[in-house]
Amino acid sequence: MTKPATLVLTGYGINCEEETAFAFNTAGSSSKIIHINDLIENKNILNEFQILVFPGGFSYGDDTGSGKALANRMKNNLFEEIKRFIERDTLTLGICNGFQVLVNLGLLPLLDGFDGTAQTALEYNKSFRYQCRWVDVMVEKDSPSIFTKNIERMHIPVAHGEGNFYAPEGTIDKIESMNLVSMRYIKSDGTRAQTEFPFNPNGSMNDIASICSPDGRILGMMPHPERGMFFTQRDDWTLLKEKYIREGKDIPVYSDGITLFNNAVNYFK
Amino acid sequence: MPQPSIAKFRIEVFYKKDDPRGAAVGDKFNRLGYSIDKVYLADNYLLDIDVNENDIKSAAETLIQPVTQNYSINNPYNPENFDYCIEIGFLPGVTDNISHTVRESLEDFFKKKLDNEKSVFYTTCYFFKGNLNPDIIYSIGKELYNPLIHRIKILSKSEYISNGGMGYEIPVVHIAEDSGVDLVNLSIDDESMQILGREGIANSDGTRRGPLALDLLSMNIIKEYFHNKEKREPTDIELESIAQTWSEHCKHTIFAAAIDDDTPGGIYKSYIREATARIRKEKGDKDFCVSVFTDNSGGIDFDEDFIISDKVETHNSPSALDPFGGAITGIVGVNRDSIGFGMGAKPVANRFGFCFADPEDEVPVYKNKSEDSKLLSPRRIMEGVVHGVNAGGNTSGIPTPQGFIYFDKRYKGKPLVFVGTIGLMPKKTAGRSSVEKNAMDGDNIIVVGGRVGKDGIHGATFSSEALSSGSPATAVQIGDPITQKKLSDAIVKEARDAGLYNSITDNGAGGLSCSVAEMAKECGGFVVDLENIPLKYHGLSPWQVWVSESQERMTLSVPDSKTDEFISLMNKRGVEATIIGKFTSSGRGVVRYKNNEIFNLDLDFLHDGLPKRNLYTEKPEAEIKFAAFREPEDLNEVFHNMLSRLNICSFEYISSQYDHEVQGGSVTKPLQGKGRVNSNVSVIRPLLSSDRGVVLSQGLYPSYSDIDTYWMAACSIDTAIRNAVSAGASIDHLAILDNFCWCDSNNPFRLWQLKNAAKACYDFAVAYGTPYISGKDSMFNDFKGYDEDFNEINISIPPTLLISSLGVMKDITKAVTIDFKFPGDLIYLVGITGDETGGSEYNAYIGEKEQNEKFTGTNIPKVNAGLSKRIYKAMEKAIDERLAASCISIERGGLAVAAAKSAIAGMLGCEIKLSKINNNDIQRNDILLYSESQGRFLVSVNPDNKGKFEQIFSGLPVHMIGTVKPGAVFTIEGIAGKKIINTDIPEIDYNYKKKLKKY
Repeated sequence: MTKPATLVLTGYGINCEEETAFAFNTAGSSSKIIHINDLIENKNILNEFQILVFPGGFSYGDDTGSGKALANRMKNNLFEEIKRFIERDTLTLGICNGFQVLVNLGLLPLLDGFDGTAQTALEYNKSFRYQCRWVDVMVEKDSPSIFTKNIERMHIPVAHGEGNFYAPEGTIDKIESMNLVSMRYIKSDGTRAQTEFPFNPNGSMNDIASICSPDGRILGMMPHPERGMFFTQRDDWTLLKEKYIREGKDIPVYSDGITLFNNAVNYFK
Repeated sequence: MPQPSIAKFRIEVFYKKDDPRGAAVGDKFNRLGYSIDKVYLADNYLLDIDVNENDIKSAAETLIQPVTQNYSINNPYNPENFDYCIEIGFLPGVTDNISHTVRESLEDFFKKKLDNEKSVFYTTCYFFKGNLNPDIIYSIGKELYNPLIHRIKILSKSEYISNGGMGYEIPVVHIAEDSGVDLVNLSIDDESMQILGREGIANSDGTRRGPLALDLLSMNIIKEYFHNKEKREPTDIELESIAQTWSEHCKHTIFAAAIDDDTPGGIYKSYIREATARIRKEKGDKDFCVSVFTDNSGGIDFDEDFIISDKVETHNSPSALDPFGGAITGIVGVNRDSIGFGMGAKPVANRFGFCFADPEDEVPVYKNKSEDSKLLSPRRIMEGVVHGVNAGGNTSGIPTPQGFIYFDKRYKGKPLVFVGTIGLMPKKTAGRSSVEKNAMDGDNIIVVGGRVGKDGIHGATFSSEALSSGSPATAVQIGDPITQKKLSDAIVKEARDAGLYNSITDNGAGGLSCSVAEMAKECGGFVVDLENIPLKYHGLSPWQVWVSESQERMTLSVPDSKTDEFISLMNKRGVEATIIGKFTSSGRGVVRYKNNEIFNLDLDFLHDGLPKRNLYTEKPEAEIKFAAFREPEDLNEVFHNMLSRLNICSFEYISSQYDHEVQGGSVTKPLQGKGRVNSNVSVIRPLLSSDRGVVLSQGLYPSYSDIDTYWMAACSIDTAIRNAVSAGASIDHLAILDNFCWCDSNNPFRLWQLKNAAKACYDFAVAYGTPYISGKDSMFNDFKGYDEDFNEINISIPPTLLISSLGVMKDITKAVTIDFKFPGDLIYLVGITGDETGGSEYNAYIGEKEQNEKFTGTNIPKVNAGLSKRIYKAMEKAIDERLAASCISIERGGLAVAAAKSAIAGMLGCEIKLSKINNNDIQRNDILLYSESQGRFLVSVNPDNKGKFEQIFSGLPVHMIGTVKPGAVFTIEGIAGKKIINTDIPEIDYNYKKKLKKY
């Protein structure tokens, strides 16, 4: 099998491209970090890739609202190419600021095809403060998302100022009825966070942490799987390590986040 | 007076539903005692661009989130219910990042260039509904804006409606055309010469340009140079340039001066640099230093192939004026010390450290005798600084795991804002050593990044002066992290590895005048054509262009053969790059402007002409009082009060708003355990393909300076090292950095304190074998002004030495955190507890409680480096063998606070018996609990490992003082066997976290 090729976007304040590419490579993809301007200059290179990633960061400093300016830049220059990319049998992932870009670009939830218009929003956190913390999310079993297959829950970090998912009434109903919610914030006992801080870190509607497109090939998520792919990235690893040592077990190498990258790569096997 | 400029379009963006920001603003003001029912916001974009109405409509649609927001064009937003509207925008020339983004987006949308200076402006409107009158709304306005950088406009609802909204005025910069170049007459008497040095060059209207900060001795040397060697008077740009280069900020004149008759080498050479030289020699082939003191950062081995660098800066004076701007400029600025280290190190982590006055202290202090000159309150300073580092660090994608806050009322005149950046760089890039920079004769001088404006002029000379009403507001700047991020990525992720330049440095203090002259040392000369330097706006005088400290700029030396490739790469990355001149080997620095030579100096004179001073110290007479008080009866209450003191309590609200996970390298966090307790040490993994970690910590004890700066420095060093060891660092691969923030440094008594601190810096670095790799000093942190009754006051900070530590550990899976892990684990106190409460947080607490004034005391902690070194090696072994389930280094607040932190972090109770401390001759429980004796750890150990652990510490002071308990009960039994502290985790957790929660 040839390794699926992953294009990880960078430029204009995207800042998680290196660890995100590292995650895809660890999972068996061959990934390339490409600057948006190089992509605009050479649009056809998109044809060489199976996976497109909008990593986390602060594109354009979040000015005028997170993800908006970068979404505009994509729309102004790459609309047709993106349309063709998602029509192929490809995967697209947006993490954190990348999720905000996907929403503003109208690539999620993609209820009525790709026309470049936002249908939902990621608003300021209810605390009106940037939150960097670890949370628990459950994965919706019935979600068509390719990325979250066989995952039940994840312990994973978030870091954002605008992650408060909002959709108008008609839209949220469709999102829920089509099972497009792929992750929700939960308490440590597994029950829904019910928008309670800090379990739901941003006040997100229906505790939504992640949504996907109807065909499951596009996923946007506020949590950062690339920051929760190794055991030693976890906030509780020194406790778990002590536990495993006392139980005579090995110290693991990986953590929950890696499965998401493995799923993406395995889709092309 | 020029007419105000008017925008053609005003686009207002507002929410269709409730604006989440409005609720936050309303809550804030209600907390401050106002009565606000509702706040609406609007983001306003004032556009002076030549497009038709349809096009502006399409453009407006790109500025909103269509699901939640709406917009209006030239038609004021009119929320249903408000009493007053406050509009806040920037003053002309102040960095406005949002406008910058919008201009770029509109250029992309319209596919045409828009005017850099005049096309796009941003303002925010706040619509307030509540119990308001003109006085109240005015005071709300004051809280929202800073007159040094902002414009404010306040209208009542009726005015708003009759005016048709807030208007179309835009802050275009208007400067009378530049005055060209002036000659400065130095054939003047000593008194005039002194005024020239102190207040600056006179303008034609008699006003002065701001301090050169040159004393008479320096001025006369400059005069002699020009009159005898150059046979002419200097130009203003020459004199300004010399002032920048010789400033305290750039040349560290106090650290370079001879001190007394016994230290002709001065503080830096004799104590700091010499310590490193000796340590490196003693280490021989185990020396891990790669680049020390000479570059923008210091660097040590990370592994065979990589270097880890570190640099800590201060940005105190600017942060006092505009806390947000000062702090963001500080953090983004110190990032460039990493990008400008060697051929460019990628920033992999930030540090922070803030020293403030109590945020609840609202008693006003004034710069001069007018109400308008009120200093920002400690709360405003804290809020602004915390937010500035948030915006700078988070936006740049650099994790900020490690930091501290410290409070003392003497930081009310000037806060201290420490910011640091750790960088990672391959030892070899493009086939050559990454640490050797060589600007070559004939290389092009290229400036990349931001443009030059008036901002930051006299920043370097300003830091040599105390803060008073003469402080130029031009020292205020606002960092632009996205411009810098583009530049940083283009350099350290692309141009460096393609070998496109021969040398690089940061434009910091002194701007181009310092960066170009500094790089010219590598080849011997330069010629710059000043009109090529890109400007933010027209009208700057040549000297201003040359010394401006406008941010986000780097200077590079690029050979002709690589110039096209370099510039084209920068342009593709959205980074402006401009050739401004050439490096030469002429021995001269030359600046031309419109074909005239306006600057031509001997570089040796510029760099080394500064007269060396000899400073003298004087031992102070003042006697310090012993703090005499009895052991309090209710030690439970004391315990809870101690935990909620500003210098001990949780600052979770800061740690959780600073992204410490970005780049994926976080190993041990700033908040540890289930209970999320602030740790004093962090471990990061800067290279995901390696198992190595970098350990970051720090130590500082400003309160000890009141007793003895020698032991203050010793304790700071010991703490920085010990904290690092507690997480898994080895003292065999540990470097330190020194940041001296002093006060009134012309005063022989302060210099005596300085010299003693520096002596300890030498003694203890050498004793531990931990070399200094970089340092910085800020010598005049004094405020002269007026108190609430307009009586004169001087506020000087306590002499503050920050020691930062940087260690490398081989295996991150061995890193240790502070939280207790399992019930039944044994709790060990390692080290000797002495009667050492002098300068302690406990003495301060008791004094405040009994006499409303902190006690200091005399019995300052001393450091026994010989013993501590053995303990640290043993601890390293215990951690390497995975025998420490938790480990916390005991520092401020002593044993009791350390135990509380481990217990809260683990959410597990414990039972501790002070009677189990071996060989104890201290008879007071409170002293055992709160003494800040150095060299100590509190460790929890799996009972199965008891033998092995005790074996490692055999012959060393180690005391098994208790056990971790299931459940929440937390008890400490006193020497006599009575329970002196009997509480539970929820209660201590509450007290530990309550103090700063509301921010």
